[in-house]
Amino acid sequence: MGDTEERLRDLLVRGLAGDGAAYHAFLRELGAHLRAFVRKRLARHPDDVEDIVQESLLAVHNQRHTYDAGQPLTPWLHAIARYKLVDQLRRNGEAPLGSDALDEAADLLQASDDRAAEARRDIARLLEALPERQRLPIVHMKLEGRSVLETARLTGMSESAVKVGVHRGLKALAAKLRQGP
Amino acid sequence: MKTDELVRMLATGALAPASGASYRYGLAMGWGAFAATLLMALTLGVRPDLAEAMREPMFWTKLGWAAALTAASLLAVLRLSRPGARLARVPLAIAAIVAAMWLLGGLALARAARSDWPALFYGETWRTCPFLIAALAAPVLVAALWAMKGLAPTRLRLAGAACGLLAGTAGATVYALHCPELGAPFLGVWYLLGMLIPAALGALAGPRVLRW
Repeated sequence: MGDTEERLRDLLVRGLAGDGAAYHAFLRELGAHLRAFVRKRLARHPDDVEDIVQESLLAVHNQRHTYDAGQPLTPWLHAIARYKLVDQLRRNGEAPLGSDALDEAADLLQASDDRAAEARRDIARLLEALPERQRLPIVHMKLEGRSVLETARLTGMSESAVKVGVHRGLKALAAKLRQGP
Repeated sequence: MKTDELVRMLATGALAPASGASYRYGLAMGWGAFAATLLMALTLGVRPDLAEAMREPMFWTKLGWAAALTAASLLAVLRLSRPGARLARVPLAIAAIVAAMWLLGGLALARAARSDWPALFYGETWRTCPFLIAALAAPVLVAALWAMKGLAPTRLRLAGAACGLLAGTAGATVYALHCPELGAPFLGVWYLLGMLIPAALGALAGPRVLRW
């Protein structure tokens, strides 16, 4: 785990400082770890795996300001993945897994799985249901890769409204994902 | 949307992360304490003999005790806002501060004549004290839950309770400027009860309010 922790932490710290390529690599590698972690613990609901992977990735992104760069990364990632997994189990009306099945933070980075399945809840469709002031900034900035300034010109919104729209829109997407299919 | 596309979307044009815990709680505690103090000054009033009371060591003990509990609760709240952070010895510290007042209370009772015990224990305001503390805590509770909501608590009931305890202890600190009571047995029971009311409310609200 040590090496993976080091590498991911380095990628995340660089990503938070504005290195988009490092952040992309961080999320991609994290996705594979999350998939292996969730798949092993959700053997009875293989259809839910990709949804929880996506939900956890979105959560890691939305909550990235709660990572303290002075602290180890694995417990932070594990606590987020565990929270999303337990939340899903509760929604399925199941008793939460026993604590020993989930409590080893180090497990998270031990396995990795690149075989992405199809998610049942489509984030692209949920995105369409967002109000314009959130949807447009996300479409222009995060799907088309435009800058804040360009997005502001295209939409007639102020630059700060564009940033707020992205931020709130991604939180709203997370809330919609949580409400289930 | 495939997971690869989601990852690309999240990584593209990522903005600077939102403000962290210290900023949010700084704001929450600033406004919360301001509102609680204003509420106290306008509805209850600062005790008229404050200058005199400030010469009593027990006045400072009371204020310092409530402030120490506020600081320890803030530490708990900060840790519970961050996924994977451990509370470690914070609950023990909170318990030790409470126990210190109980010890003072026990000593005060041991030194007093039996006939004075009811006065030391009930004071003159035991009926209202816990509720007034809880009322002053209300704005702090709202502010603390707002701050916590923008972070990432994973144990929602405990996180809500900690927000409530923070509010209750801050409310008690403010209330101490109004309250005429200085008996340690009184403080260890009725002040504590006043702090625990918002903590219980926070525990009830946590799982609903703090989800993310």
